[in-house]
Amino acid sequence: MSKQIPQDELNKKFSYRLKQWMKGNVDQYVGLLEMQRQEEVGVTKREANRHKKEQDKLFAEIYDTENNKVYKNFLRFYKVAAVICCVALIVMLLVTVSYLPPIGDPTNPAHNEVVEKYIEDGMQDTGAVNIVTGMILDYRAFDTFGESNVLFIATCVVMLMMRDDTRKKGVDSEDMKYEPRFDTILQQVTYILFPLIMIFGIYVVLNGHLSPGGGFSGGAIMGAGLILYLNAYGIEKMRRFFTENTHRYICVAALSFYCLAKSYSFFTGANHLHSIISAGVPGRIISAGLILPLNICVGLVVACTMYSFYTLFRKGGY
Amino acid sequence: MAFVQNVPFFSIMISMFAGIVSSVLSAKTARRLNIIATVTIGLLSVWLLVFLIQSDIGSYTYMMGHFPAPWGNEIRAGVLEALMAIVFCVIMLLSLLGGLHKLAEEVAPAKENIFYILVDLLLGSLLALIYTNDIFTAYVFVEINTLAACGLIAIRETGRTFEAAVRYMIMSLLGSGLLLMGICMLYDMTGHLLMSNMKASIDVIMQEGTYAVPMLITIGLMVVGLAIKSALFPFHAWLPDAYGYSTISSAAMLSSLVSKGYIFLLVKIFYRVIGLEYITESHVLNIIFWFAITGMIFGSVNAIWEKDIRRMVAFSSVAQIGYIYMGFGLGTEAGIIASVYHMLMHSATKSMLFISAMGLTDVSGKNRDFFALTGAGYRNKVAGAGFLVGSLSMVGIPIFAGFVSKLLFAEAAISGASWRMFPAIITLGISTILNAVYFMKTVLRIYTPITKEEELEKGFVRIQWNQQKIYTVAIILFILLNVFLGTNSKPILQMIEVGLHNFM
Repeated sequence: MSKQIPQDELNKKFSYRLKQWMKGNVDQYVGLLEMQRQEEVGVTKREANRHKKEQDKLFAEIYDTENNKVYKNFLRFYKVAAVICCVALIVMLLVTVSYLPPIGDPTNPAHNEVVEKYIEDGMQDTGAVNIVTGMILDYRAFDTFGESNVLFIATCVVMLMMRDDTRKKGVDSEDMKYEPRFDTILQQVTYILFPLIMIFGIYVVLNGHLSPGGGFSGGAIMGAGLILYLNAYGIEKMRRFFTENTHRYICVAALSFYCLAKSYSFFTGANHLHSIISAGVPGRIISAGLILPLNICVGLVVACTMYSFYTLFRKGGY
Repeated sequence: MAFVQNVPFFSIMISMFAGIVSSVLSAKTARRLNIIATVTIGLLSVWLLVFLIQSDIGSYTYMMGHFPAPWGNEIRAGVLEALMAIVFCVIMLLSLLGGLHKLAEEVAPAKENIFYILVDLLLGSLLALIYTNDIFTAYVFVEINTLAACGLIAIRETGRTFEAAVRYMIMSLLGSGLLLMGICMLYDMTGHLLMSNMKASIDVIMQEGTYAVPMLITIGLMVVGLAIKSALFPFHAWLPDAYGYSTISSAAMLSSLVSKGYIFLLVKIFYRVIGLEYITESHVLNIIFWFAITGMIFGSVNAIWEKDIRRMVAFSSVAQIGYIYMGFGLGTEAGIIASVYHMLMHSATKSMLFISAMGLTDVSGKNRDFFALTGAGYRNKVAGAGFLVGSLSMVGIPIFAGFVSKLLFAEAAISGASWRMFPAIITLGISTILNAVYFMKTVLRIYTPITKEEELEKGFVRIQWNQQKIYTVAIILFILLNVFLGTNSKPILQMIEVGLHNFM
């Protein structure tokens, strides 16, 4: 026989509260969770309708859509032509694929001395156990330099188009008021997950030359972590450690290092000079010459780019 | 290996590094850095060109890193590459200087340093496209080039430029996509990405005739992809807005450099990847030829209809790109030499036309309408002279560069001795007359005097050369460059010929 517990004591017990909550009698979060009702953002439906009507009217006046036969025919032609072009391209590509060498056939032209050397000598040449990393950051490091510059220039162009310079410093734009700041569930989950995600991302980057992964994948993981943090805790807390300048300096430092270090390597390689960079012992964490630092650079650039895209598209600023 | 042979690698890395560092610099320092980098690269390229002409090595490959070519990356330099690098650097510098005072007006001060990042990376990617010997490297830098061009259009933040930039991006990405598909298929068939190895295996494939259908489709995809990116006639819809409304330096750079980079890549693909004889045999060239012929006429007709001077000059680009592709379409070596020369001529002239057109509209109350320009040549004499020289060159008057290229096209068309001769010659004639119609009509309009009272009434201003010194220097250098290209065509053509031979 179990002992009868007074109601007061019972109320404090976790199992009892959980039971009540499961039954739906009590809501745990009433009074604890500050949820502000969000106001309707932007234009109302009526306004949008009026705006659309005005635009249609303007359009009708410019192109005379009622009587303009050329315009109507063009619209019809446009749709038909688009469908025909797409179908033609699809058919053409499918036909082409049927002529190409089959997947996985050992006699394929792609299985030649290039691939063979990568697989056989990759570890010895580059010092990286992960051949893919050895390929992209040592054999073909120039291409990867181009790729990281694609990310850099993409951020620049997005910044150019989306960054809102009219906003005063410290004053948030209209939509910033309506972000969920007190979402306890998200905050608690982030509290646990954020360090794990970041550590995992750093691990993937640092072990890029030893295990599957590398700068691009690790950077993407870290970028996702930063985005999660921003969503949970809001831009204010994010600004304590990540502002536009942080992004800028990290990118410049990483890319400059990549540029200069690899320039040294290209220069010595092309002129057949002795290079002080050695491949080291494959399998150790400090090995594979420049691959580890370059992985870190690429990882930083990718993480910053992902976070910047998110925050620029969301707020037009950091 | 001589030290000078490092120049291609240095040029690419200097411009990329300048771009990267510019993001933490102020606009003023970034501008200085950009000018220094461009001048340095230009001088280095001159050094390389002199070395290559004097020595007998012809062209050479340069290992990017410690691993030889099919495994590592590789770049390649020859006379033609060095020449292109010099011309690109000169035109980039002059376009920047010519539009400098407009940049301060049209670009938000906080975003001005982004402009220099884009320009630096654009130069770097163009140089990489010129020097690359690996088709995948080329693709990577095509991406940088596309994004930089998008940014250059959007840097003047108005609705029109945003729309133009997005349209450009969609069209250009479609072109990149087609190019990438072509590259993937080529890799599937040859197993290589290095141009010379690709060509060796394509030779075998073509002789065995194993992959006839996919090879045709691949050539088609790559040619159409690059044609979309360089605005060949039916794919030119993005061009007038992109060139017409962006800030003037961007318009000059886009019209004279970005599209030329892609065309140069196409020449490289013709010669170094697929082989000219297979390109000539394939029917893709016929399609290109007819597109080019129609483009030459339609571009000019659209330019005649156009009332806005900037858009008129932009439509003229469509016709000129048509000329270049017409040269390819002839399928002969002479045709391609003419096209490459036309590329140089068009880059030098079109950027000058854009910059002088801006000078003319500025003294006409920023009104770009054709009739508002009446007498603008007197109000801004420097811009008037620039526009006059540019127009004469475009129409094909001797001593200017345009004459030589028209002559070369005519010679190439006649010596080709195929059915392509008649349409090429006839269209060349018609297009030249149409060119003369819209350029001469504009020249007459800007040199039709109006009275002082009218000027005052409309609020027009007069600008003397000493009020715009940098602009004047830029225009004078542009004129000199044009005359230089027109009067010294022989050594340049020799370089082009030697360079193209080295491609094989």
